[in-house]
Amino acid sequence: MKFRVLVRLKPGILDVQGAAVRKALAGLGFTEVSDLRVGKVIEIELDTATADAARARVGEMCRQLLANPVLEDYTIEMADDLARRGAVR
Amino acid sequence: MRFGVVVFPGTWSDCDFHYVISEVLHQPVKYVWHRERDLDDLDCVVLPGGFSYGDYLRAGAVAGRSPVVDALRDFVARGGHVLGSCNGFQILCEAGLLPGALMRNECLQYRCQSTHLVVENVETAFTRGLRPGQVLTMPISHGEGKYHADPEALRTLKARRQIVFRYGEADGRVTRTANPNGSLENIAGIVNPEGTVLGLMPHPERAAEAAMGSTDGLLLFQSLLGSLVEDGSFLKR
Repeated sequence: MKFRVLVRLKPGILDVQGAAVRKALAGLGFTEVSDLRVGKVIEIELDTATADAARARVGEMCRQLLANPVLEDYTIEMADDLARRGAVR
Repeated sequence: MRFGVVVFPGTWSDCDFHYVISEVLHQPVKYVWHRERDLDDLDCVVLPGGFSYGDYLRAGAVAGRSPVVDALRDFVARGGHVLGSCNGFQILCEAGLLPGALMRNECLQYRCQSTHLVVENVETAFTRGLRPGQVLTMPISHGEGKYHADPEALRTLKARRQIVFRYGEADGRVTRTANPNGSLENIAGIVNPEGTVLGLMPHPERAAEAAMGSTDGLLLFQSLLGSLVEDGSFLKR
């Protein structure tokens, strides 16, 4: 089963990297960008009996390592969900 | 006092700490590989600076889940002392042994420079030989040293007097301009509530001999060793 974990800085935490990228985009003429935040995508494949069990394991991975709860939020998406939405080929 | 200096793949200040402890402080010291779990023969464990595991995922994230750091929890519970500098501080926060987290510097630059640290709490094992408001000079060398804690965690830090060092001016004023990385309230170093686990971004091992420009880093070790408690002459400079 394939999962995609999105890790983002929590709202309200200044993303200096995002601000620098936004400035660089403005320098390229993309002056309409009003906000930009940089996050991480972690793609995980695992062998688990059921989708629910897999999702629970990935959630545990997020809590224990993949995200830092002081700074970051995460969302877990199953690749199948994404394929249905046309987000993954 | 027996010291252990932890070595992760990518640690870079291990030799410096080992040198200072053995050659300057003349204390027994050994390297501790990150896979080891046996810390029984040690009194103080040092987590040095560097880029453990390449700082993959987040600075200190992978090291914070390593066998040796897992063993540190028992070590600390038994009353052992831990000093984490730079990447070591990041690891202690990632492991949950200290509250908060360290983020990319607000200026986005890697900062390698001398800093002035204002001593705030002298009731820790590492600072009991110092006086409140004393200014120490130590270098920093990091790209991710901006300390962050949520408002509740900050209140707790203050209530328990866990803030040990703040970046300041040479005269001891804590100002915005003296803050090299955008740290919350200029925080440069904190301890656990018991005062036995110290994490700081500056490098005490790089301020340990006159040739380095400062010997203030030794004060932390000497406080720990208790030598300053008996001979106060050193303190009131």
